[in-house]
Amino acid sequence: MLETSSRQFADVVVAAPTGRIDHQSAAQFEAALAPLVQGACSGKGALVLDFSGVEYISSVGLRALMIAAKQLRAGGAKIAVTNLRPVVAEILAISRFDRLLGVFPSVRGAIELFSAAGLAAFDAAQPPPAR
Amino acid sequence: MRRIRFWGTRGSLPVALTAAAVRQKIVTALRGASGRTFASDADIGRYVDGLAFPVAGTYGGSTSCVEIETGGPDHVLCDLGSGVRAFGQAALARHGPALPQTYHIFMSHVHWDHIMGLPFFTPAYIPGNRIFIYGSHRWLESALRRQQDEPSFPVDFSYLRASIEFVHLEPGKPHAVGDMTVTTMLQRHAGDSYGYRFEANGRSIVYTTDSEHQLGDLAQTESFATFFRDADVVIFDAMYSLADAVSIRADWGHSSNVVAVELCQMAGVRHLCLFHHEPAFDDHAIDGVLADTRRLEEITRTGDPLRVTAAYDGMEIEL
Repeated sequence: MLETSSRQFADVVVAAPTGRIDHQSAAQFEAALAPLVQGACSGKGALVLDFSGVEYISSVGLRALMIAAKQLRAGGAKIAVTNLRPVVAEILAISRFDRLLGVFPSVRGAIELFSAAGLAAFDAAQPPPAR
Repeated sequence: MRRIRFWGTRGSLPVALTAAAVRQKIVTALRGASGRTFASDADIGRYVDGLAFPVAGTYGGSTSCVEIETGGPDHVLCDLGSGVRAFGQAALARHGPALPQTYHIFMSHVHWDHIMGLPFFTPAYIPGNRIFIYGSHRWLESALRRQQDEPSFPVDFSYLRASIEFVHLEPGKPHAVGDMTVTTMLQRHAGDSYGYRFEANGRSIVYTTDSEHQLGDLAQTESFATFFRDADVVIFDAMYSLADAVSIRADWGHSSNVVAVELCQMAGVRHLCLFHHEPAFDDHAIDGVLADTRRLEEITRTGDPLRVTAAYDGMEIEL
């Protein structure tokens, strides 16, 4: 079962799918991305995908990412994939999708590159450090 | 079916090793031998055999031509790429020109790289030989005749003195050819291409080249998984990376190593053989694709291991 949650930080949407993005769930992933892509395009912002909960992604899931990336670029927005698990990072490297998409070690690092307002909103939303 | 032998494995265009590439192989081999002593030629041979394949060997540059040794007297081939020239010479060397031979040739499609070897296939010029050319394209015969018309080639098709018969195969319908059952499947490629499934004596081989897979079409994915089901060997067009196949090279009619692994895993295939190598790739690049593909198979494995190899001109697979 694949679930995708999302949060808005100024002009940046951070989406976090969890589970396996395979032949069975790729359509669900594509459908979940569609409104987020639209939202990012309307604000000329960015879509940052937090993949820390993604266990596996198949070719069909990668195709959904590529479609989203194309739509975002056409709409003047940006995309990044972050927090990859080692297996998913290897799949992106072997498929050469790491050359098509911006891959970042952290959500914050991607937002920092895309939007100062987004970064401020993201930092403000983080819990204070434990004392 | 006993054995598969590859006579041509390159996609789109024949290529050859350059002098610079040969020199680099020698430099690498000598560097590895630095400080060693060799007592005999056999000792040198053992050292060479221990070198990496891109150093001591080459994937070759002939275009698609694959032989299936059935164990019977007839010869079975897939496609007439430039590799068929060497096959023809080997067949003549083995049997001589006087003993008539029968050849069954299965055509994926008639793009240039898959037919260009026929005018150089010496057995086709020898009376008494019988050649059956199978395919599902209605223009199969005209395409093969046309490539030998003036001004493209100086020797007309009519000079081929073997008995040549064209046999239309209806896609999806099993056909008996000798001891084999042969089934074709329509594939996505400009002008269409057809994949072949060969079955005999409990063994099965799938030859699927020049085939682009529509990733969003789950019904098509299922159809291919069914076509590949439990095959001993799948010879698969893995010309591009997945990223290229769905972006800058979308609709170019080829597939990737990633889709190859996924389909073979779905279908319970035992051995995936990467084929139709990108002509721009040198031996190290193809070897890199092979290493990546083996790693992908390893990290995504859910059932029995899938053996992965990359075809090279001269390679044999025992069944």
